[in-house]
Amino acid sequence: MIEIKDLHKSYKMGSNSLHVLKGINFKVEEGELVAIMGSSGSGKSTLLNILGMLDGADSGEYTLDGVPIKNLSETKAAQYRNKFLGFIFQSFNLINYKSAAENVALPLYYQKVPRKERQEKAMKYLERVGLKPWAGHLPSELSGGQKQRVAIARAMAAEPKVLLADEPTGALDSKTSYEVMDLIQKINDEGNTILVVTHEEDIAHMCKRIVHLKDGVIVEDKKVEQVRAEQYV
Amino acid sequence: MFNKDRWREIIEVLTTNVWRTIFTAFGVCWGIFILIVLLAAGKGLENGIKQDFGNIATNTMFMWTRATTKGYEGLPKGRSFEFKISDVQALRDNVPNLRFISPRNQLGGFGGNNNVVRGIRTGAYNVYGDYPEIINQDPMAVTSGRFLNYNDIREKRKVAVIGLGVKNDLYDKEEDALGTYIKIQGVNFMVIGTYKKNNSGGGEEGQKEIFVPFTSFSQAFNRGENVGWMAITANDGSSISQLKEKIVDVMKKRHKVHPEDTRAVGYFDLYEQYNRVESLFGALKAVAYIVGIMVLLSGIIGVSNIMLIVVKERTKEIGIRRALGEQPWSIKKQILMESIFLTLISGMVGIIFGSLVIFGINSLLDSVGPVDMFMSPSVSIGVVTGALTILMVSGLLAGFIPAQSAIRVRPIEALRTE
Repeated sequence: MIEIKDLHKSYKMGSNSLHVLKGINFKVEEGELVAIMGSSGSGKSTLLNILGMLDGADSGEYTLDGVPIKNLSETKAAQYRNKFLGFIFQSFNLINYKSAAENVALPLYYQKVPRKERQEKAMKYLERVGLKPWAGHLPSELSGGQKQRVAIARAMAAEPKVLLADEPTGALDSKTSYEVMDLIQKINDEGNTILVVTHEEDIAHMCKRIVHLKDGVIVEDKKVEQVRAEQYV
Repeated sequence: MFNKDRWREIIEVLTTNVWRTIFTAFGVCWGIFILIVLLAAGKGLENGIKQDFGNIATNTMFMWTRATTKGYEGLPKGRSFEFKISDVQALRDNVPNLRFISPRNQLGGFGGNNNVVRGIRTGAYNVYGDYPEIINQDPMAVTSGRFLNYNDIREKRKVAVIGLGVKNDLYDKEEDALGTYIKIQGVNFMVIGTYKKNNSGGGEEGQKEIFVPFTSFSQAFNRGENVGWMAITANDGSSISQLKEKIVDVMKKRHKVHPEDTRAVGYFDLYEQYNRVESLFGALKAVAYIVGIMVLLSGIIGVSNIMLIVVKERTKEIGIRRALGEQPWSIKKQILMESIFLTLISGMVGIIFGSLVIFGINSLLDSVGPVDMFMSPSVSIGVVTGALTILMVSGLLAGFIPAQSAIRVRPIEALRTE
């Protein structure tokens, strides 16, 4: 599903440049649930941004579902993001003047799905995250866990190939974190490919595979026994 | 482009900070208001002045003779001469593009003695000997009977068309003037028509004129072949100002006037005067546009500023939307539409207020009666559509920089903004 070869990325900081990713080789099969771990500054967010086509790599190859991702124009990148990727952010990033249902329907709007169908799909995904009764509420009227569930519903609404979660539990208490992870696990059970960036060990162990990043290189890549979040809920 | 979601979003964005939106809108509103009112005031002035021209054919010159100031071909200087009726044909033959040439003779004039008698009533009026074409050069509405025609000219009928002012003086109110006789300097003329001029230019004087056939006039008042003066109108599309020199030259030649004698043939070029007034109003209009657009411009800059702030405030949202796959062009369009919408709506409010003010002035003018040099200020629908076009364009311009800055921010940076 995802294949990257010898990926390099550096940022310019004034006169000197900061080499963040120093040759990443990495492969994700369909249906995997991968945790990317590392301390801050290890380059995990940068990696996720490149995977998410929010940022470009300096060198290396990136193939997503057989499509080479290289030198994309903004328009093309937007199109690919919409078609291939679903984003889940630490700070939820819901649009605060739109209701939960409208937020979920947003990616579909960019796909030019007709209004009626959009609303139906949005309701379907809200139901899956257990928030159907809150469909008409604004984000400000929802709790943190609920917001993240809306964000997950939004990420799934466009039926992307890969879900990218950047510290999805970073802003939540542990109980809510487990609820969210439970949801992510269930989505993964249905065969969706998910990448989770986290620095929390317990969250990482709820995935099926852990990739450790340190100073811009992968230091460890292991399959783990998945801890089900259900038992903590 | 015009889907519901986009509009909802525009409304939502503009109503999040209502007072800010209103203050911004006021800038544009005020600009367009000034523009409309200035243009209307200019138009009012123009209407007032142009009314003095009435609907006289403006592509016209008047020409008369004076004493020569140079001797020529053995003739002395200081010699008087007069136009002859044959000059008319000569002009037709020698000068192209002339539409009407009306030789005229005249009795009476400013402060003249009583020259018209009917029964026991008398009055002093301008009496003109004219050809039927004069009605095209000095337009008047025939209110009863008819105007002069060529049968009158040919048969030298002693008939007269009188102004309503004349009729009011010489007749009782309900009396019918047609078929009655008036005595002009001792010669009886039958009244065949009455007229009313609707230009106030001549004022009351314009209604106190009597028109009789040129030929009868010449015979009755011993003018022979002489012509007092001429009114010459050029064809549409060629200006009398360009033809006048040729006309004057033809006259000089026929009357043995020294070619460099500039005094002998006098003329008044109405077209030139009219053009002068026209260009004055053109300048006035230009000033109104410049001032209005300048004021509008500051409003537009206000809109542009606010849109920049809106974009700044929404940087994160824009980042989210781009991460979700919104096309950069779509975001740009959104910002542009917000800007155009805001400009257009506030501009329309300005136009409405401007129109109300103009309406108010008009009804005030109606109630106090005519005012000198000012009449029915108005803006045409063309000006309004022009103003709306200006608004559209300026909204577009105002939104352009903010929209550009909105898509210049990379989504990843936009997402980092807290």
